[in-house]
Amino acid sequence: MMRSSKIFKFVLKRLLQGIPIILAIVIINFFLLNLADGDAVDVLAGEAGSATPEYMAELRAKFGLDQPLPVQLMVYLKNVVMLDLGYSFRHDMPVSELIVDRFWPTALLMVSTIILAVGFGILLGLLAAMRLNTWKDAVITVFALITYATPLFWVGLMMIVVFSLNLGWFPTSGMENVAAFYEGWDRVKDIAVHLVLPTITLSLFYLALYTRMMRASMLEQYGQDYVITARAKGLTERRITFVHVLRNALLPVVTMAGVQVGALIGGSVIVESVFAWPGLGMLAFESLFARDLNLLLGIFLLSSVLVIVVNLIVDIIYSLLDPRIEVS
Amino acid sequence: MRDFWNRYKRNRSAVFGLVVIFLVILMAATADLLYAFDPFRLAGKPLSSPGTNGFLLGSDSLGRDVAAGIVHGAKTSLLIGLVATLVAVFIGILFGALAGYYGGQIDNILMRVTEVFQTIPSFIFAILLVAILKPSIYSVVIAISVVSWPGVARLVRGEFLSLKNREFVQACHTLGMSDLRIMLREILPNCLSPIIVIGSLMIATAILIESGLSFLGLGDPNIMSWGFQIGAGRTMLRSAWWVCTFPGVAILITVLAINLVGEGLNDALNPRLRERN
Repeated sequence: MMRSSKIFKFVLKRLLQGIPIILAIVIINFFLLNLADGDAVDVLAGEAGSATPEYMAELRAKFGLDQPLPVQLMVYLKNVVMLDLGYSFRHDMPVSELIVDRFWPTALLMVSTIILAVGFGILLGLLAAMRLNTWKDAVITVFALITYATPLFWVGLMMIVVFSLNLGWFPTSGMENVAAFYEGWDRVKDIAVHLVLPTITLSLFYLALYTRMMRASMLEQYGQDYVITARAKGLTERRITFVHVLRNALLPVVTMAGVQVGALIGGSVIVESVFAWPGLGMLAFESLFARDLNLLLGIFLLSSVLVIVVNLIVDIIYSLLDPRIEVS
Repeated sequence: MRDFWNRYKRNRSAVFGLVVIFLVILMAATADLLYAFDPFRLAGKPLSSPGTNGFLLGSDSLGRDVAAGIVHGAKTSLLIGLVATLVAVFIGILFGALAGYYGGQIDNILMRVTEVFQTIPSFIFAILLVAILKPSIYSVVIAISVVSWPGVARLVRGEFLSLKNREFVQACHTLGMSDLRIMLREILPNCLSPIIVIGSLMIATAILIESGLSFLGLGDPNIMSWGFQIGAGRTMLRSAWWVCTFPGVAILITVLAINLVGEGLNDALNPRLRERN
């Protein structure tokens, strides 16, 4: 009972710590928006073809763009708090609606990537540490080194060449075969087939990272005193590894999974634009070409908030996994 | 120095990395001799496969020579990687040194700022910066440095925190040295090794970020780069696999070599760290 109320307090405290960071990011967002050439009225006037200076001034007054900067900042802050991220003139839709629409494909891609990368990373790192300095360890280490140095977009393109164009196992792009009108399980299967290549591509880099970390973490734990104690009381190596060392070695890997979420979002922009996966990354790529800044800033803001939330969740998991950690 | 080299060469893969980097630098330096023409120029029949029509690595859909692009792109990647890292290391040292040396409120504020920049997803932030500043070699360098300095700041702060109360620093205070002089001439030289290691690894990351940006079409439109080549070749993937493949191999080899050198430097500069593993 004591512990659960402590955890609740801890969560509340971390939430409060996150607020100034989000506030700072919103302010950075606002200044970036002002740094860009032209404002929303210029864009509107451009879309309309032509507009008189009087009409443009009138529009600026209507949007509050003639106010001094601090006033505009307050209005912007108020809008963000009300979840109003502005209007995308290209898509003719509020940015927030557009983002919610495209959020689920990205979430699907990221969750499957994290499961694959963390799962296999732990497995490979464990294997390398158990077979230290054998050929298995060497192969895993070299694999991790190479994938760590490979640009994601290139891996994606090479996957398409090999598995889609030459072997024909997987589709080259998209999330589902819209023309086929699949329903129920057929649709799930269709999406799963489309998901394979983007997931493998996005997870490779993180797989390398987690493998290296898991290996180092296992080796560090093997050197601890409790392992000597366990050996002295006659436990089998198997039991020492799987019951004692593994549990302790997992902790830093879990933390790292949280820290890397920001990079994962950046990676998804690249992977989604390679595979035309209809998520937030693809949306960001499209908005780049349409020069749709409102939309780009909205995606940026959402991904920053996502990073903070995921880190909070990881902290909570961490405190549950390791009772030694004081949540106060 | 000799001692350092002896420790460095014990790591064979680090020596291999150094040789590869040397070759890439050589390639970049002699680019104008090897292919003494503009890499954007139409050099022959479009979509020639490697080894045909006088193209070593083939040509792309506009008849540009892929090999010439790779050789000229090496200049871009190395230059941007190096300059962006230098700028990032400079900002990081500035923040980290002030925060670590003065502590208290200054430390608090500077570290809060660092935390914000560390939370922001870096690649999306870089995209945003380049998009707003308009794609050019300067905006790419600015964007990469802005997203990569927080790591250096944290490292330098930690080093300054642990060094500032040492006896030699106290002696400097007694001698009446100015704070600036103590920071630059006394403490900073003592934490150069970890800065060099993190800096060398940052060059690799910077090259990867640059290639990603120019792949998305955010590179300088007048300068050839590996990411641009891959981005331009992706629509021709079915008919001309070589346009995307070879520049990617160039990125992979360069980044791998820099990472190997970084690890080698780490082993050679921090021998005690190595013995623990």
